Amino acid sequence: MAKNNVGPKRLVVGAGYGWKDWMAQRVTAIVMAVYTVVLLVTFLTAQNFTYEGWAGLFAQQWFKLFSLVTFAALFYHAWVGMRDIWMDYVKPVGVRLALQMATILWLVACSAWTVQILWSV
Amino acid sequence: MSEAVKEVPRKERPHFSNIHVTDLMNYRMTPSAYVSILHRVSGAVMFLLLPFVLYLLQLSITSEMTFARFAGILEHSLAKLVLLGLIWGYMHHFCAGVRHLFMDMHVGIEKDSSRQSAVSVLVVSLLLTALAGLKLFGVF
Repeated sequence: MAKNNVGPKRLVVGAGYGWKDWMAQRVTAIVMAVYTVVLLVTFLTAQNFTYEGWAGLFAQQWFKLFSLVTFAALFYHAWVGMRDIWMDYVKPVGVRLALQMATILWLVACSAWTVQILWSV
Repeated sequence: MSEAVKEVPRKERPHFSNIHVTDLMNYRMTPSAYVSILHRVSGAVMFLLLPFVLYLLQLSITSEMTFARFAGILEHSLAKLVLLGLIWGYMHHFCAGVRHLFMDMHVGIEKDSSRQSAVSVLVVSLLLTALAGLKLFGVF
């Protein structure tokens, strides 16, 4: 193994992945914030809330893709947040690992479900 | 070690670690504390209710028929209550998140401005909830 982590390059704190999740949490938040503003303005300024108008928005390809990207951001954001919650309150390693795995599996399932929903209209 | 030092009775000293939920009452809670706690609680609740939200989204956009079922669900007062709670959770999480992003850029981290922004988060999220709720239940 190459000794590229010695001397001043040695990693001295943590597992070193914290900042990536920190950054991911911010980037995904910004994506969701933009989507929220678009959706909220559309929803609040609509003349009347009908199927035509609502589904019409989701029928457009650009909005499907925008929605998918946002939901993907949401699921990753939820993973980071839930992982923080499990790490803060669940101390037994086995239980924590099980809950983290369940969270990942559940969010992956939700992603597939989201694709199905978005492309059904 | 001398005998004199050894014989000093050990007093129970306060132990400080991460605060436990049961300690909350002993603290003077600031608006920022409420914003922070609600940020976590709303995030967890939204995660748990994710299937309900996806189900509603599916009903609302799949077809004319399922949209009618979606509208039917919204008639129930319990569904209205849950949905209003969810909208409040979302709006709070959204506003508190925006506050977070500004603080990351060192905007509003002073004592006074952070208190003001915390109060704004609580007020604005409730106003947005009211607005979205009124629209959803067909008031305007």
